[in-house]
Amino acid sequence: MTAPIVIANARVIDPATGRDAPGAVLVENGRIAGIAEGAPQGVPDGATRIDARGLVVAPGLIDMRVFTGEPGHEYRETLASAADAAAAGGVTSFVLMPDTTPVIDDGALVDFILRRAEAKASVNILPAAALTRGLRGEEITEYGLLQEAGAVALTDGRASIQSAGLLRAAFSYARNFDMPVIHQPAERSLIGDGVMNEGLLASVSGLKGIPVEAETIPLARDLQLAALTDVRYHAAQISTGAAIELMAAARRRSDRISAGVSINNLSLNENDVAPYRTFFRLSPPLRAEDDRRAVIDGLNSGAIDTIHSAHDPQDSEVKRQPFAEASDGAIGLETLLAAALRLVHSGDVPLLTILRAMTSRPAEILGLHSGRLAVGAPADLIVFDPDYPWVVTESSFRSRSRNTVFEGARMQGAVMHTYVAGRPVFSHSATREGAAP
Amino acid sequence: MALTSPASSPGAAGAFRVPFRHRHLLGISQLNQYEIVELLDRAAAMIPVSRQPRKTLPTLSGKTQINLFFEPSTRTQSSFEIAGKRLGAQVTNMSVRTSSVSKGETLIDTAATLNAMQPDVIIVRHGSSGAVELLSQKVGCSVINAGDGAHEHPTQALLDALTIRQHKGDLAGLTVAICGDIANSRVARSNLLLLGAMNVRTRVVAPRTLLPRGVEALATEVFTDMREGLAGADVVMMLRLQHERASGRMIPSVREYYRFYGLDEEKLGYAKPDAIVMHPGPMNRGVEIDPAIADGPRSVITEQVEMGVAVRMAVLDLLLADREVAQ
Repeated sequence: MTAPIVIANARVIDPATGRDAPGAVLVENGRIAGIAEGAPQGVPDGATRIDARGLVVAPGLIDMRVFTGEPGHEYRETLASAADAAAAGGVTSFVLMPDTTPVIDDGALVDFILRRAEAKASVNILPAAALTRGLRGEEITEYGLLQEAGAVALTDGRASIQSAGLLRAAFSYARNFDMPVIHQPAERSLIGDGVMNEGLLASVSGLKGIPVEAETIPLARDLQLAALTDVRYHAAQISTGAAIELMAAARRRSDRISAGVSINNLSLNENDVAPYRTFFRLSPPLRAEDDRRAVIDGLNSGAIDTIHSAHDPQDSEVKRQPFAEASDGAIGLETLLAAALRLVHSGDVPLLTILRAMTSRPAEILGLHSGRLAVGAPADLIVFDPDYPWVVTESSFRSRSRNTVFEGARMQGAVMHTYVAGRPVFSHSATREGAAP
Repeated sequence: MALTSPASSPGAAGAFRVPFRHRHLLGISQLNQYEIVELLDRAAAMIPVSRQPRKTLPTLSGKTQINLFFEPSTRTQSSFEIAGKRLGAQVTNMSVRTSSVSKGETLIDTAATLNAMQPDVIIVRHGSSGAVELLSQKVGCSVINAGDGAHEHPTQALLDALTIRQHKGDLAGLTVAICGDIANSRVARSNLLLLGAMNVRTRVVAPRTLLPRGVEALATEVFTDMREGLAGADVVMMLRLQHERASGRMIPSVREYYRFYGLDEEKLGYAKPDAIVMHPGPMNRGVEIDPAIADGPRSVITEQVEMGVAVRMAVLDLLLADREVAQ
């Protein structure tokens, strides 16, 4: 057992309850033992005292979409390196996508991931299992056995199921075990060879476009099938205003559906692609500024539930290519909180709303006990300075890959301490000494 | 209270019989509660016939019975054959492989051809729902449905009810859990209709992918969890899983199906201690049922086969022998 910890003089924010007040948090035996307003009370002898003056203490972030390269492509990212990157970014739990080699589509592989994570990873790794065998979109996997093995959700990761009939069967079968299904709506026949948002910019650049309808048509199908089957459905990534409207309408009829957005689609737009920068080649693509604004509005109105990093490590081999030939994806664990705080500093989204989308909402969707500051909950905590200025430099990343969309970006806000089950897993002063501006 | 019909000794000429208003037995849906009880009573009276050394009654002597099976069947076809023979009928078996159906003759052509041979009853199994009824409209004799598609299998439901009655006495008030591929099962549909008519509490237990739309209206309760579905049941009725057909789409694998929906000791432990286990056969041991249960003391599966002969004798007797009296 680690020594008790008291985090004092902090601004305590708990998005689950809306608490945002000065106070202290006491951690004992890996759990939150007390939350005090003002000065801490009943601090046990020998407790480690953290003076968090000017800092925020909040639940650790829960990232619903993280890819690694283990097993199969460890040079891109291992579970351990992803976990270290997560800890530095204030992410104390992440949902691991099953897109590995082999694909996580069998209970034995879920068990392998959990054992590896237990042995190697500093944060909680929550494996999601494949919705279909080999992510091929043809046959459903063993949801019951996968759930027993410890899978928290079902998803085909980057892949999107094209057959409505199979999707219906998958939703219907998942409902037996009440497992959440995370699905990225993407119509392959409309995406074709598209590599960026369809529009004037793509046309001028001579790049093939991906229309908004490649997202809205399958989303409308998914939402109807979710209503038919009563499945717990989470639209993995929404990037368009039209999709927000569909979500808002469906949300009025059911509370078993939810949607996520990548921090990239919240922070950037298609103009960032302009000089054929392949690190900005993403799926879904960066959309028009109007779409980005609509997604921000969706976050504020509740049509969007969660923000994730879409952390997707790719090596330079597949990224340093002509735009149309490069792979999709960017890393994002270490920049997630700072990039999200930009929306707070710009006045677009309140801090509580931003944090809720990365703590209590993902916890509710996944059925986790973490993601909130409640006595007895796991002490997965972050202490962050909402105003700390720094510049993103790829050389300081813990991730094994360097494909960031924020290289050189000026950030305001950084994680100072990260705790997982009461254990310190990251400390800013200890590890980033000299790297700060 | 049990509904009983006047006691009738099978085949005894001149004994009082409730007139049976049907020429065919196409489905349980055509029967009311009184007719079901009448059939079960008569079937019960037929049981001793098959247990005596000389297993024959003369009631159908001189009658011609044709078994017309468009789908392969060992159990049902031989059960109907034996039932007919024990009542003295001349029985001819026609299986699809030896008939001209495989040469492109339509169902209605086949009906007309057989009708011209002046049979008294045709027993039909067909893979398409409604095909038996269609055939019945084109012939002058009685037709018994031996299973049409995913629609009905009335003699199976009757033999199941007779088996339950042999063990539990009165049907009313019992709880029967029907488990497995409800969506594709004619056995489940006929059983739900029959048991529903007899005020039995029916439950269906299956993964959602194997539950047909609107099943809530056919069964008293619907479950997707076996333990909940079996809790306190008097009868556990397992269905055959067509796993070659369902795999990948409706269920992911046989091992997962067995783990969550296969009947094993642990799950059966939730039913009543004196619950009986039934299966219409043929069984997939290790898919929907643990072999130790299939062959164990609570299994009445072989008894179902015996009751099948009695029920089919009763149905033939009622449709044919009474008809002669009425004419």
